Amino acid sequence: MTGYVWLIPVFPLIGFLINGLFGRKLPKKVVGIVGSGAILLSFLLACVIFFQMNGNPELSEHGVKNILFPWISYGDFNVNFAYLFDRLSGSMTLMVAGVSFLIHVYSIGYMAEEEGYWRYFAYLNLFVFMMLTLVLADNLLLMFVGWEGVGLCSYLLIGFYYTTKVASDAGKKAFIVNRVGDFGFILGMFLIVTLFGSLEFEKIREGIISAGLTPEHTFGVITLATILLFVGATGKSAQIPLYVWLPDAMAGPTPVSALIHAATMVTSGVYMIVKLNFLFQLAPITLLTIAWVGGLTALFAATIGTVQNDIKKVLAYSTVSQLGYMFLALGVGAFIAGFFHILTHAFFKALLFLGSGSVIHAMHHAYHHAGIHDKDPQDIRNMGGLKKYMPKTYWTFLIATLAIAGFPPFAGFFSKDEILWKAFASNHKILWAIGAFAAVLTSFYMFRLVYLTFLGDFRGCKEEEEGLHESPSVMTVPLMALAFLSVVGGWMGFPHIFHLPNLLEHYLEPMVENIGNIHFMHNVSMEWTLMFVSVGLAIVGWLFAKFLYGRKTDAPSKLANTFNYFYTILLNKYYVDEIYFALIVNPVKKIGEFCWLFIDTVIIDGAVNLSASLARCVGKIYSLYQNGAVKVYALTMLGGILILFWIFF
Amino acid sequence: MFENHFLSLITFFPLVAVVILLFFPSKQEKGIKIFGIVFSLIHFLISLKLLLNFDYSVYKLQFVEKTKWIATNFLNSSYFIGIDGISLFIVLLTTFLMPIIFLSTYSGITKKVKSFYIHMFLLEVGILGSLVSLDLFLFYVFWEVMLIPMYFIIGVWGGERRIYAAIKFFIYTMAGSLLMLLGIIYIYKLTGTFDLIKVYSYKFTLKEQLYLFAAFAIAFAIKVPVFPFHTWLPDAHTEAPTAGSVILAGVLLKLGTYGFLRFAMPLFPDAMIKFAPYIIVLAIIGIIYGALVAMVQKDIKKLVAYSSVSHLGYVMLGLFALTVYGMQGGILQMINHGISTGALFLLVGIVYERKHTRLISEYGGIAKVMPVYAVFFMIVTLSSIGLPLTNGFVGEFSILLGTFKSSWQHAWVYTAFAASGVILGAVYMLWMYQRVFFNTEPSEENKKLEDLKPREIAYLIPLVIMIFWIGIYPNFFFKRMQKSVDYYLNMFKAKQVGMVIDSEGGKK
Repeated sequence: MTGYVWLIPVFPLIGFLINGLFGRKLPKKVVGIVGSGAILLSFLLACVIFFQMNGNPELSEHGVKNILFPWISYGDFNVNFAYLFDRLSGSMTLMVAGVSFLIHVYSIGYMAEEEGYWRYFAYLNLFVFMMLTLVLADNLLLMFVGWEGVGLCSYLLIGFYYTTKVASDAGKKAFIVNRVGDFGFILGMFLIVTLFGSLEFEKIREGIISAGLTPEHTFGVITLATILLFVGATGKSAQIPLYVWLPDAMAGPTPVSALIHAATMVTSGVYMIVKLNFLFQLAPITLLTIAWVGGLTALFAATIGTVQNDIKKVLAYSTVSQLGYMFLALGVGAFIAGFFHILTHAFFKALLFLGSGSVIHAMHHAYHHAGIHDKDPQDIRNMGGLKKYMPKTYWTFLIATLAIAGFPPFAGFFSKDEILWKAFASNHKILWAIGAFAAVLTSFYMFRLVYLTFLGDFRGCKEEEEGLHESPSVMTVPLMALAFLSVVGGWMGFPHIFHLPNLLEHYLEPMVENIGNIHFMHNVSMEWTLMFVSVGLAIVGWLFAKFLYGRKTDAPSKLANTFNYFYTILLNKYYVDEIYFALIVNPVKKIGEFCWLFIDTVIIDGAVNLSASLARCVGKIYSLYQNGAVKVYALTMLGGILILFWIFF
Repeated sequence: MFENHFLSLITFFPLVAVVILLFFPSKQEKGIKIFGIVFSLIHFLISLKLLLNFDYSVYKLQFVEKTKWIATNFLNSSYFIGIDGISLFIVLLTTFLMPIIFLSTYSGITKKVKSFYIHMFLLEVGILGSLVSLDLFLFYVFWEVMLIPMYFIIGVWGGERRIYAAIKFFIYTMAGSLLMLLGIIYIYKLTGTFDLIKVYSYKFTLKEQLYLFAAFAIAFAIKVPVFPFHTWLPDAHTEAPTAGSVILAGVLLKLGTYGFLRFAMPLFPDAMIKFAPYIIVLAIIGIIYGALVAMVQKDIKKLVAYSSVSHLGYVMLGLFALTVYGMQGGILQMINHGISTGALFLLVGIVYERKHTRLISEYGGIAKVMPVYAVFFMIVTLSSIGLPLTNGFVGEFSILLGTFKSSWQHAWVYTAFAASGVILGAVYMLWMYQRVFFNTEPSEENKKLEDLKPREIAYLIPLVIMIFWIGIYPNFFFKRMQKSVDYYLNMFKAKQVGMVIDSEGGKK
């Protein structure tokens, strides 16, 4: 089967074509089966190839490569349309296809009553095609195809409810902000072509090894190239300063938020850097930048997450924050830890979003039942006590919360703890402190969500309450599958001090050679200490949430009043959107208007029209002279002839 | 019979249509329209033979025909035509677009139908003739032939301000052409021939080159149009009927960039090197300026027109980067722009026919009432903003790569500024798309809009196929252009070294 790697992305493409071209006329059931079936085939094929690859030492070392055709080639430049299934891209493929499949199944239930059902599944399949192309690409340019392609699908799916301004604004914003990042990505690629003569990952790696390049401690070409690629990553993976699109992206259907804006697409920036770790290791300045951007984003987004009232907005800021942790890991040189967190985060964050979807679904039905149309089904202030009506959603949501908050033995504990430890062990103690503080906030905002949504008493009216019910099993089974993964997912990466095998690190180590002289300290007692500290921090966050929201009290509003100033800033997300509008969006529009109404209309056309009217004036003057007096004409002719004679003779 | 005159057949074939049309009764509008479609389709199918028989393994001019045309003491010009990898695809683009345009005008043109079709076919002869001419005088004749039908198409079948637009178009272009005519006459005076291939090997002094290059460059720059010679374009495009806009954007503008590549650059390479940095800067200003102005337009058609200024800035940049990547990308982008912008004008024409307004603010939520239309519009929009796997990406990427790798000083600054156009392109296109198709529920009036008819789908599909074909397998095109691009680049290099030594006494 190793010749069929290309089929992994192509199955969803076929699904997209079927649903996109004929879906309008197909029954909903068929649309759902085609959509989910295509992904299932991809997942199964990926599993088969994964095991075949691991069984063969040769393939296991170099990966399985399928070259389809030369894509762009002229002069000495050549890029193939080729897929490479190796240890890293293979692991990522399994996660992407697996989680996508679960979310597709969930969508069958969640989207059942939507008008554009077929459109939804077509877009979602197209997304998986693009995502798998991104993951499996054997060169940066093909990765860029997937990179922009997932952006397109994200745009289409955020704007799924396109007749509302909020959704279509959010889609456009996502696309444009990502384009700003892609601008950096393209320039980065050009530098890499110039440096290594190729965009293929293997060739770049070989080029580095054969040239014996060493880390660049001043701001040189490699630093510039990696910084530019990182700019691309800040767009796609929502880091400061380009994170602004992700919270707005929640305007899309909730399973989309789970798949695209939590589990897969937004991690592609991290994935790209892990994939190019051999290059990034040569640029310590870039790495330090990445670490700080990641750390600060983790903290910054977490602070905003603590006060939001929209269940999806909290999760969105949480995603931004968790992505920050991943970049923090990359920045301190812990590439595998970063990748580990991609995987565990995919499980628990997808679960959180799907859980929130289940809640929104229920609230929506409750309002519908009560005949209410103007209430926001996503506002946690209107919820409470849902545990009673939706136990499956509650328990799975709780598992995901424990995972993200970092309680052992749930998945998030292992990956986050490794990131924090590596930050500390690579001697970035301030970054460790930032990460640790953000961990308290994480635990706090997640438990706040749990308390306000599921515990206590329902804060709506009786009619609403009667309409509440658990979601159908097509939705709850994927929740349970993800809950299982959110528990055991972390066990593939036990810390060394546990004296249990760290499967993931062992498996990926050959992909992440240490070229960059990155050192981590070994200090077993310190590692144990910090581990207890981070568990302690998670407990602190939980207790604080319990204190504020676990009982009937006016403590939250008192707190908000006391720190009114901070609270308003946080509630308004530090006014970043407003600042961007004032500093960038509006000035650019003004410049455009100036160019059009002044430079084009007044200056250039003014000059054109002026010369035209000048010509007309001159013509008028001459026409005065052409008054029919033949004698004058004759005289002029004579004068002309004389002048000609004078010139030529 | 036409074995040796195949290219002439292709070039003058539309004249046959003109003659037949003259015998058509004017009242037979339907008959004329169907005749136009069928005839242009046959023309396109025959022209495919150019592609099939094109030999891309070596550089040579192909389908060459050369006979004496005007032979007097005073003027000595021959009928010398032929194509290479540079003109091949532009010729095919022209014959490809014609049936599409005629299918679209089936409902778009209602007055003086016969006359309109005659003008269109005459225009096609002018375009094809300019593209295949290898004799400067012949080229100039065709170049002027092109101008007149276009003037009438805008002036007779155009919108409200058509007279202003037509005259502006005419005078702008004429001003440029006259300078070029002076240049051509001066070349003849120096070399004694109009034969382009012979003139290629003539060595002009630097001073001659500077004047001649300027004369040609202004003519072509107006046609392209390069900033700041572009203000005729938005007016001409907005006022022209859909068919006129498509042919104008699709092919006519390419004559400007083609002229640079075929005439101005290889004839006067030293002057070209001297002027190039300025032209590159103007091209980049065009990219950004065109995009900024497009962004604030209220009329969809004007927006598309300004986007052309931006896109052709990329083409110019690619050509003047003087690298294999840039030039390949530049030529490909000419084709891409013809397809994408042509398609955009067709799409705008479709709603205009239904609603008789092009103001963006009159629309909103249209995706709900015209879903198929929305899909086509989306695909073309994506191609226009250069999304990977569409044609636009391959062109823009190659051009930017070519600019980055060019040996100009500050090449990376040029690249960075030009690449910012990629962001702005997304801004103006998506914002327009949002305001037309999304944003609100469609208004009561807009709910009556009818989705695409089969005829409209029929002419949009070939364009969409081209968008993806070039996007996914551009090598088909690159391979056929490769040798020509190499040939011209080598010529620039070889001639330039010689000339620099000649005129500056061995410096450099």
